Amino acid sequence: MSNLTVSNSTLALGFILVVIALVIGYWQKLQIDKDIIIGVVRAIIQLTIVGYVLKFVIKANDIWLTMAFFVIIVINASWNAGKRGNGIPKAFQFSLLAISVGTVVTLGTLVLTGSIQFIPEQIVPFTGMIASNIMVAIGLCYRNMKQSFTDRHQQILEKLALGADIKLASEDIIRESIKSGMQPTIDSIKTLGLVALPGMMSGLIIAGVDPVKAIKYQIMVTFMLLASTSIGSFISCYLAYKQFYNDQKQLKSELIS
Amino acid sequence: MNNIFELNNLSYQVGDKEILKDITLNIERGKYITVVGPSGSGKSTLMRILASMISATSGKVLFEGKKISSYEPTEYRRRVSYAFQQPTLFGKTVKDNLEFPYTVRGKEFDRNQVVEFLNYVNLDESYIDKNVNDVSGGEKQRIALLRNLIFKPEVLITDEVTTGLDAENKEIVHNILNKFNRDDGLTILRVTHDDSEIEQATDKITIKNGEVI
Repeated sequence: MSNLTVSNSTLALGFILVVIALVIGYWQKLQIDKDIIIGVVRAIIQLTIVGYVLKFVIKANDIWLTMAFFVIIVINASWNAGKRGNGIPKAFQFSLLAISVGTVVTLGTLVLTGSIQFIPEQIVPFTGMIASNIMVAIGLCYRNMKQSFTDRHQQILEKLALGADIKLASEDIIRESIKSGMQPTIDSIKTLGLVALPGMMSGLIIAGVDPVKAIKYQIMVTFMLLASTSIGSFISCYLAYKQFYNDQKQLKSELIS
Repeated sequence: MNNIFELNNLSYQVGDKEILKDITLNIERGKYITVVGPSGSGKSTLMRILASMISATSGKVLFEGKKISSYEPTEYRRRVSYAFQQPTLFGKTVKDNLEFPYTVRGKEFDRNQVVEFLNYVNLDESYIDKNVNDVSGGEKQRIALLRNLIFKPEVLITDEVTTGLDAENKEIVHNILNKFNRDDGLTILRVTHDDSEIEQATDKITIKNGEVI
């Protein structure tokens, strides 16, 4: 860990990289300078707070405090995933269930198999990784589902008119939406180590861990993300598709326009 | 009187726009009724309400003496089938489409029955395995109609299904609808703008500005 040389002064000097982005934005009249500044300030404040909170949680090593952190991460991820529901009723509730189940099952498996320990410095970061990946997957699921219901409403109407139940009428859309949630994870797995060195592995290597050990962690993270995004996508899609129909099993026109 | 449908003061409104106004009418079982009226008069909306694809905003619609909403929607739609003007064929092959009514009912695909129905619309067995992109517009409409008819519903609602078809395809569609109406007592509600179909119609309902006239 002694190789880490980011101090406050080097960080301040690193701010020159933000200036480069600002210069490009100003030069090309992209009108994103305000967004960049707000984004950078928010990132600094948020990360600083999280850094101190994490330090406190890890030092306290208390099971309830760890659980509280777990709950906060899951609720926050669910809230953000729900926002991506873009009009789908109960999107937050569905996201909460999907992210909770996905995170508990994945983390539980890792703890029970002895891959990680139930200690704050392992549980908290892993919860964050899992929940954020499910959050992104659910966002993609919702977006794909809404678009598909709009694009294919004629075909759905025809299936309903032939007496199909809503599940049968939506089957193709559910399947494709689950796939759309999982696809980025699958794509990134294919290029692991070839195109990108993932964040966790890179972080461990930068912190001085033997790359072979770092790779083992990364393989475990890959398994974990694959499981969690599939659980999250599956649950959210199977709950959300029903919202496109009313109690008379008619397509809700307000959701497909 | 043997009314299959009884409509009492039925209205349908979208926002401030009243599409159907206070419609009261009875439809007898086994009739072949032609529904006519200018475009945008509310014909298709009325048919979609009868097919339970949408619900009336006020008034009552009874099917065999009971409110449409009291039936289980999928069961109801198997009895009152709706055929669209420009149908889409599902999946990859014609079989995917003709198998669908079986799948809906949890039944095994019956090839012999399907061949018999294909013959009713002048198509042979070879069509079963054809790619949906390899069938013509007229054939597509005929195959789509078979999806509605294969389990013999009590009511068939057709929404301009002959629009855009040539004379030969129109005749094939007329023949199969006549056959099922005559031989099986199928009640048919046909929305059309076709002059020859309107001329030949014996029972007509005319809708104008959302009202039956």
